[in-house]
Amino acid sequence: MAEGGEVTVVQSGWRLALRAFAENKLAVIGLGIIVFFVVFCWIGPLLYHGNASVANLLNNNAPPASGSPLGTDQNGFDILKSLMVGGQASLEIGILSAIVATIVGTLWGAIAGLAGGIVDGALMRVVDIILSIPLLFVILIVGAKYGSSVLSLALIIGIFSWLAPARLVRGEVLTLRVRDFISAARAAGSTRSRLVLRHLIPNALSVVVVNITFQVADAILLVAALGFLGFGLSYPVFDWGDMLSGGTNNLLNGYWWEVYPVGLCIVLTVMAFNLIGDALRDSLDVRLRRR
Amino acid sequence: MSTYLLRRAATSIVILIGLSILIFAMLHWIGGPPGRIVLGLKAPPQSVAAWNRQNGYDEPFFEQYWNFLVKLLHGNLGRSYKLEESVNTVLAQRAPISAYLSGLSLIVAIGIALPVGIYQAVKRNTVGDNLVTAGAFITYSMPTFLLGLLLIQIFAITLNIFPVGAAASVSQDSSIMGAIEDPRAMVLPVATLALVSVASYSRYMRSSALDALAQDYIKAARAKGLPERLVLIRHLVRNACLPMVTLIGLSIPALLAGNLITENVFNYPGLGIMFVDALNNEDYPILLAYTLMGGVLTVIGNYVADIALTVADPRIRLS
Repeated sequence: MAEGGEVTVVQSGWRLALRAFAENKLAVIGLGIIVFFVVFCWIGPLLYHGNASVANLLNNNAPPASGSPLGTDQNGFDILKSLMVGGQASLEIGILSAIVATIVGTLWGAIAGLAGGIVDGALMRVVDIILSIPLLFVILIVGAKYGSSVLSLALIIGIFSWLAPARLVRGEVLTLRVRDFISAARAAGSTRSRLVLRHLIPNALSVVVVNITFQVADAILLVAALGFLGFGLSYPVFDWGDMLSGGTNNLLNGYWWEVYPVGLCIVLTVMAFNLIGDALRDSLDVRLRRR
Repeated sequence: MSTYLLRRAATSIVILIGLSILIFAMLHWIGGPPGRIVLGLKAPPQSVAAWNRQNGYDEPFFEQYWNFLVKLLHGNLGRSYKLEESVNTVLAQRAPISAYLSGLSLIVAIGIALPVGIYQAVKRNTVGDNLVTAGAFITYSMPTFLLGLLLIQIFAITLNIFPVGAAASVSQDSSIMGAIEDPRAMVLPVATLALVSVASYSRYMRSSALDALAQDYIKAARAKGLPERLVLIRHLVRNACLPMVTLIGLSIPALLAGNLITENVFNYPGLGIMFVDALNNEDYPILLAYTLMGGVLTVIGNYVADIALTVADPRIRLS
C-alpha cells in the first residue's frame, strides 16, 4: 500500500473525453442511430432484395403491402430498398465532403496561424471572401453543372465548406504557438512542416473533430436540398433528397409512404450527427471537463 | 471607435472586390461564352462565334471582368439571356416580393424566439425548457423543404385551413400587391421560414439570457427588492438581446438559402424561384446578379452587426 493518499492512474485527454462522451446518453443514442443506418444501408441490401433499379410502371405508387413493406414510388421502385441505396449516397457525400473540407481547412488554418503577418492576413481574407458567398447558391450553380456523381458532388461541397475548420484551426494554432512545447520543438530543430504536422495539428485536433460531425450533418441537408430542387445526382444514382423530391409531387395524392419514411431517415441521421457533435464539444472542452 | 469603423469599412471593400472577382470568374468558367445559349441549339457555329465576338466574349478574362465591373458600378447588371428583359428589371420586380416574405418571417421569428429563449433561461432544466430544446433540435435537423411539406400536409391537406401554395393567388399576378392581397396564402410560407430561424435564434437567446442572469446587476436588482417581472423586463431582456443583434446580421446567408427553398416549396414568385428558373435555363447573368447580391448583403450584414453592437453596447469598444 502506497503511503500519502490514493494513487490515481493518469489518463490521457482523449481517454477522459471518451469517458465523458460515453456518459452522455444522447450522444450514445446518436452513435447508435448512425451505426443503425450504416448497417441498414450497406448490409441491408444483402438481405433484402427489393427492386430499386428497373422502372415498373405497372406497380407504381403502390401502398405498403407484403411484397414491399414501404410501398413503391412513381417509378415502381421499392421504397425500402431505395432507402438503403439512397442512404449510401447521402452518407457517402456527407462524410467524404466533411473529410475534404477538414483536410483543406486544417492545413489552410495551420499555415495562416503559424506564418502570421501578411501571409496570415491574405489567407484569412480569402476565407472571408468565400464565406461571404451564400453556400447554397454556389453549390447549386457548380453542382448543377458538375455534381452528377457522388464523388464530384462530395468534392464540390467539400471545397466550399473548409472555411469554418480553417478559422477554428487558425485560432487554436495562434494560442498553441506561444506554448512551451512548441518552443521546445523549435529549439530542438524541428522543421516547419514537422512543427505543423506533428505538433500543432494533433493538438488543434479537438476543435476539428467537433466540426467534422456538424459538417457531415450540414452536407447531408445540403445534398437533400439540391435533390429537392432537381440539381442533385444523376439517374441511376440517387440520394434521400432525390427520393423526397419525387415524393413531394405525390403528397397531394395522399401517397404518404413516398415522403415520410425518407424524411424520417434524413432527420434522424442529421440529428444523430448533431447530437454527437454537441457531446464531443462538451467532452473535449477543457474548461467543462472533470479532472 | 471611428478608426475601427473605418478600418472595418476598408476590409469590407477589399472583400467586396474579391467577392466580385471570384463570383464572376466562377460563372465565367462554368458558363463559357453565352452565344450558344442565347442563339439556341440550331444556330450555326459561325453565327455563334460571331455573336460572341460582337458582344466581347472573346476578350481576355480581366478585360471582360473590367467591363462587367464598370457596368456594375453604373448600376447595370446586364441582360438576361432568356427573358427579354434587363437583369435590373427582373431583380427590381422580384426583390420586393422576396423581401416581403423574408422580412415578415424574420419579424415573426424574433417575436417568438426572444420570449421563448428567455422563458427557457429563467425556467432552465425544467420539462418546458427541455421540450422546447428538443423541438428546436428536431427543427434544426430537418431540411427546410420537409418542414414546409409537413405544414402543407397538416394545415392545407388534412385540416384544410390554408391554401397549399402561394401559387393559386400570387403567381398569375407576380407583383408585391398579389402577395399582400391574400394574407392566408402567406401564412404557411412565413411559418416555414420563421420556424427554421426560431430553432437557431432561441438556442442563442437561451444561452445569452443564461449568461446575463449570472451577472451582478441582476443580483443587485433582485437585492434591492425589484419585482422579478421588472428584473426580467428592465435588466435581463435588454442585455440578453445584444448578442442577437450580431446573430441576425450574421444569419443573412441562412435567410437567403431558406428563402430560396421556401419559395420553391410554395411556388412563391420571388428571387428564389427566379434563381432556380435561371439555373434551369443556364441564364448566367441572372445567377451572377443574385449571387453577387447575396454576397453583398452578407458583407453589409456583417458590417452592420458590428456597428450595431458597438452602438448598442457601450462596454464594447473593439480595437
